Amino acid sequence: MTGNEGRLIVLDAGSGMRALGANVEAAERVDVLITHLHMDHIQGLPFFAPLHDPDIRVDVWGPISTTQTLSERLNRYLSPPLFPLRVRDLSNVVFHDVPPGTFDIDGIQVTADLVSHPGPTLGYRLQENGRVLTYLPDHEPALGMPDFPNNPEWTSGYGLASGADFLIHDSQYTDEEYQERVGWGHSSYSHLLAFAAMTGVGTLMTFHHDPDHSDQKLDEAHERLRATGQEFEIVAGTHGAVLDI
Amino acid sequence: MPHQQQPVEMILLRQLASYLAIPMWMMDDAGNLIYYNESAEGLLGVQFDDVGPINSESLVGAWHVTQPDGSPLPDYEFPVLVALSKRTPAHRAIRFQGMDGVWRAVEVTALPIEGQGGRFLGVLATFWEVED
Repeated sequence: MTGNEGRLIVLDAGSGMRALGANVEAAERVDVLITHLHMDHIQGLPFFAPLHDPDIRVDVWGPISTTQTLSERLNRYLSPPLFPLRVRDLSNVVFHDVPPGTFDIDGIQVTADLVSHPGPTLGYRLQENGRVLTYLPDHEPALGMPDFPNNPEWTSGYGLASGADFLIHDSQYTDEEYQERVGWGHSSYSHLLAFAAMTGVGTLMTFHHDPDHSDQKLDEAHERLRATGQEFEIVAGTHGAVLDI
Repeated sequence: MPHQQQPVEMILLRQLASYLAIPMWMMDDAGNLIYYNESAEGLLGVQFDDVGPINSESLVGAWHVTQPDGSPLPDYEFPVLVALSKRTPAHRAIRFQGMDGVWRAVEVTALPIEGQGGRFLGVLATFWEVED
């Protein structure tokens, strides 16, 4: 995400970090907002070129822990034998342990809150000039909720997503697949639609597709999602997509 | 946050409590009763949906509570309020009168709930009925 003032904010640090890093101009600062430390959300971090450029300050934000700091936890991956460098070698990187709350990044108001997913996992709500982007890539709001989606006060993620102009949300499973994966921390298509409708978002971008779903299967699924006639727009999350929010 | 939502830790606690067969009671950080499960409904003598949630002011006197011998129990010794005010676990035997008018002897264990980042979120309590 690029703010109006040009600040680059990266949402999670997956495999796309390598390509993104190669295209970062000599910015003064890049902020990386990590939702949680599952490998698919941090595996690209060591390969993000600005991490190794002393002229670029990189701020890495991630969920707070009761035991170790964010840098200590990331050091388990960013250290030999898994990686040749250690976190302490990255002098231009600043790590922030993020408790639920709101902070500011160059005029962009960022609200972080814990959401339903195995292990402490944050979702983010970013607001600038009245426009809101909410990012909930790994989220199971319907877990153990027989009355979902009829009770917003008791629904994970509602506060972050309510009224957002643009929601990027977990869309991993078909309804049939979800029945075999309850508690895995992800959403079914039906739950996704219900959550987006309950929160009243403007546009929904499907994200965190199941890696076993082919492009054809995803295309067919999105045809069915759009055919449900929701009041919000549905955009398929695709590699390299560029959107103006 | 712009719109009111319970902290996810409390959401997950309520989900767990709703599946358990032991009576569970939840208060938020301000002392409002925000949930009790079906097992607790049997002890408290009323369904949660009929009376809850109950704000902290209305909660005082909603159930009559005494010590096991029937003598008065100061509010500050009630385990739920101990956990709320002192943010420490608390346990004791009590008698109380449910909204169905029945007096019951129970043991109450209350735990303060602290979320990530040291946020005090409320109290979780369980009631265990014992021989009167």
